[in-house]
Amino acid sequence: MYGSGRVIPSLIVFVGLMTFAIWYNAGKAQQLPDPEKPAEYEECVRDTQFMRKSHMVLLHEWRDDILRKSGQRTGVTASGLRYDRSLQKGCMNCHDDRKKFCDECHDYAAVTPDCWGCHLEPTKEAR
Amino acid sequence: MKKDRRDFLKLAGVVAAAGIGATSAFQSLLGGEAEAAGLARVGAAKKSTDGTRLGMAIDIRKFADNQELAQRCIEACHSIHNVPDFRNSKDEIKWLWNEKFENVFAKDTHTRQSPALQGLPVLTLCNHCDNPPCVRACPTKATFKKDDGIVGMDYHRCIGCRFCMAACPYGARSFNWRDPRGTDDKGRPFIRELNQKYPSRTRGVVEKCNFCTERLAVGELPACVEVAAPHDAMFFGDLNDPNSKISRVLREKFTIQRRPSLGTYPSVFYII
Repeated sequence: MYGSGRVIPSLIVFVGLMTFAIWYNAGKAQQLPDPEKPAEYEECVRDTQFMRKSHMVLLHEWRDDILRKSGQRTGVTASGLRYDRSLQKGCMNCHDDRKKFCDECHDYAAVTPDCWGCHLEPTKEAR
Repeated sequence: MKKDRRDFLKLAGVVAAAGIGATSAFQSLLGGEAEAAGLARVGAAKKSTDGTRLGMAIDIRKFADNQELAQRCIEACHSIHNVPDFRNSKDEIKWLWNEKFENVFAKDTHTRQSPALQGLPVLTLCNHCDNPPCVRACPTKATFKKDDGIVGMDYHRCIGCRFCMAACPYGARSFNWRDPRGTDDKGRPFIRELNQKYPSRTRGVVEKCNFCTERLAVGELPACVEVAAPHDAMFFGDLNDPNSKISRVLREKFTIQRRPSLGTYPSVFYII
């Protein structure tokens, strides 16, 4: 191969640099997100697995139902607790710390939902 | 018959042109475009006599006699809905506002309008039209008409194209040119005090009056009506219910609508 003396070492260096992030972090366990759950509540509006995976779908359903179809503004949990079908007035009522709850996973998963451009987080006094 | 390339291309061109022309001409005859322009609906015997259709009546005289009442209504509305004050009329966000009489009710051919009426402040808001042009203009269905007659908005879907603002003949829609949660040069926030029960909007979306749909849902009157009702200056209710307060008021008093000739069927009436 022509110029193999330079090409092959260069390729090795290049691949090494490109995969730096992989082998540098290899073997180190990444810290899993640990969202802080509200202490005084036992259950959420749905089971944990559903909420973990599909809370955004639920929020969209609430939004479309209430805004467009004048749907119910409150819902009832499995054990009969009444809640507001609302991010700001419902979710944040229990999960009152955005940093310790929402951002914990969102940062880990590198997603940036733009909820807080309009919706308000509970203030310090409200908590 | 021998066909050379030149003839073939000519024939293909003619056929293509005919095909394109014929389909578009045919479609406009089908009424699809006429409907999109709202022509079919204008002047048609109306519509929406079943189900709920919420409406409002505003007594112009009561507000003329009590100038400060309108300010209180506006203040109530804007503080509840986190409406920003950009302190600049070009960027102004309005849900409920005072407008001069001659601008609210277009003069058209009436050139002898009483001078006393000129400049008279009239409370204006979204008319929640029965045939809303903004809804037709919206390319993302961010604005829509609900079963109860309210023309609502989903700010999540708004892409800020402002077609609805161009379509609305009442200027009832405002665009957020700036971040409503921001502050001005002197560090004063545009929203004086955030209402924690209601979201704000974000830069780049259009906003307007929502007839206090969130208050109606919990059995309250719209904020402005709540302020004005003790003075009998505003009435609210179901236009399709003959026993509602608004229906009674509309039966008894002389009322007008804004620009009725446009065929938008406003749900806001003005008692003269």
